[in-house]
Amino acid sequence: MGRRTVLFDLHRTLGARMVDFGGWDMPLHYGSQVAEHNAVRRAAGVFDVSHMGVVDVDGAGSRELLERLLANDVAKLTAPGRALYGCMLNEAGGIIDDLLVYRLEASAFRIVVNAGRRDVDLAWIRRHAAGFGVTIAERDDLAMLAVQGPEARALAAKLLAPAQAQAALALAPFHARTVGEWYVSRTGYTGEDGFEVMLPAAGAADLFEALRAAGAAPCGLGARDTLRLEAGLNLYGNDMDEQTDPFESALGWTVAMQPVTRRFLGRDALEAIERRGSARKLVGLLLLDRGGVLRRHQTVIAPGVGEGEITSGGFSPTLERSIAFARVPAATGTEVEVGVRGRALRARVVKPPFVRHGQPLVS
Amino acid sequence: MSNVPPELEYTDAHEWIRRLPDGIAEVGITDHAQHALGDIVYVELPDLGRTVSAGEACAVVESVKSASDVYAPVSGEVIGRNDALETAPEAINQDPYGAGWMLRVRLAPGGGDAKTLSAAAYLDLLGKESD
Repeated sequence: MGRRTVLFDLHRTLGARMVDFGGWDMPLHYGSQVAEHNAVRRAAGVFDVSHMGVVDVDGAGSRELLERLLANDVAKLTAPGRALYGCMLNEAGGIIDDLLVYRLEASAFRIVVNAGRRDVDLAWIRRHAAGFGVTIAERDDLAMLAVQGPEARALAAKLLAPAQAQAALALAPFHARTVGEWYVSRTGYTGEDGFEVMLPAAGAADLFEALRAAGAAPCGLGARDTLRLEAGLNLYGNDMDEQTDPFESALGWTVAMQPVTRRFLGRDALEAIERRGSARKLVGLLLLDRGGVLRRHQTVIAPGVGEGEITSGGFSPTLERSIAFARVPAATGTEVEVGVRGRALRARVVKPPFVRHGQPLVS
Repeated sequence: MSNVPPELEYTDAHEWIRRLPDGIAEVGITDHAQHALGDIVYVELPDLGRTVSAGEACAVVESVKSASDVYAPVSGEVIGRNDALETAPEAINQDPYGAGWMLRVRLAPGGGDAKTLSAAAYLDLLGKESD
């Protein structure tokens, strides 16, 4: 039996099919993954994301510690209430985890990490925190819900008093603030607008039910996966891990190589990789032929160049075609073949995202 | 609880068989199977005229989760296929015993003799699987 979030019983009551994810028993879907996906693209859906790890880093040296630990630069968080996406790297430039970091106060930060990486991340952070004068606290007292979709913010705001609702609705993308008992951010993992809400665990079931009553469809990890795939967002463990670096994971944009004086962990390795160039790249694939569904670990053949592999694949409900991410040789051109159940099917190489704010970006 | 119509026959691989007149059998996958697979997004059916043997992989159903072979529950010649599934594979989820039918097979001599389960026996099997 895996670990359970505070909403486990509610998921079961709602008829969820449960599945193991990173050691957690989580809802895969509540009936139809495709219907849940479409609800988020067209209206609103609510996800239990309490399996993710919330870690508060507090103290005089918290900024310096995170400048050392993260490949993106927390100096970009110029004021409390700003959020930043980035990677935590090992000395070889391999990705230990991808995470969101929020600035809570001048010298207090909050990090949200992947469920399956919580223990590894915490050990790594603690190992490097000595001497920085910080306290590191895993916030197991909090639950986290994501409400996502074009109607999500308005629907969530209906549950708040007028002044609080106004404050929440005024948040710009990648901004967060405390609203009553909530720490609410305008972030997500779906390619749609929405909020992520951290709140005391005891209130999570009531909030989930209130969002449902207001019209948000309960959504499981299945829809979360196809939504993030369409949105061009990587999944740790599929699309990157400790053996891959940000440049070959389409995450170069999250690495702050300036200023050169910031010697973050993994920087030396990334400088060497930059000098010689990456041998591989992570690209999007759009299946052109009929004949199946692109899935993880299928072989990708770039004619005359070499071979690669699909890291995440599936059926896009929005495009009604199969899409994927694949790690391929850097010289791969615009079309590849993928081995699907013994046949070579043609796929076009595209730059994700495939879908954003409900609209297809490829055809 | 899965829907298991009493008038059909079943296999332990979760296919159903409907006996039509003139030695023809209609074949699909069960309500239990479609539920376990999740939303079905792609179906591959055998060519008309192909001869299939009982137990042979003859079709593929791909859901949001995985790809699964469908095994011929009887032996004979494929004389009908539900081409509507090409554009509407979700019919298998919505109506597995009706609009979601997959193949019609003209039974070879003795081709319908393969070991099938009654509805009661199939329900029994489902009960054991969920234990």
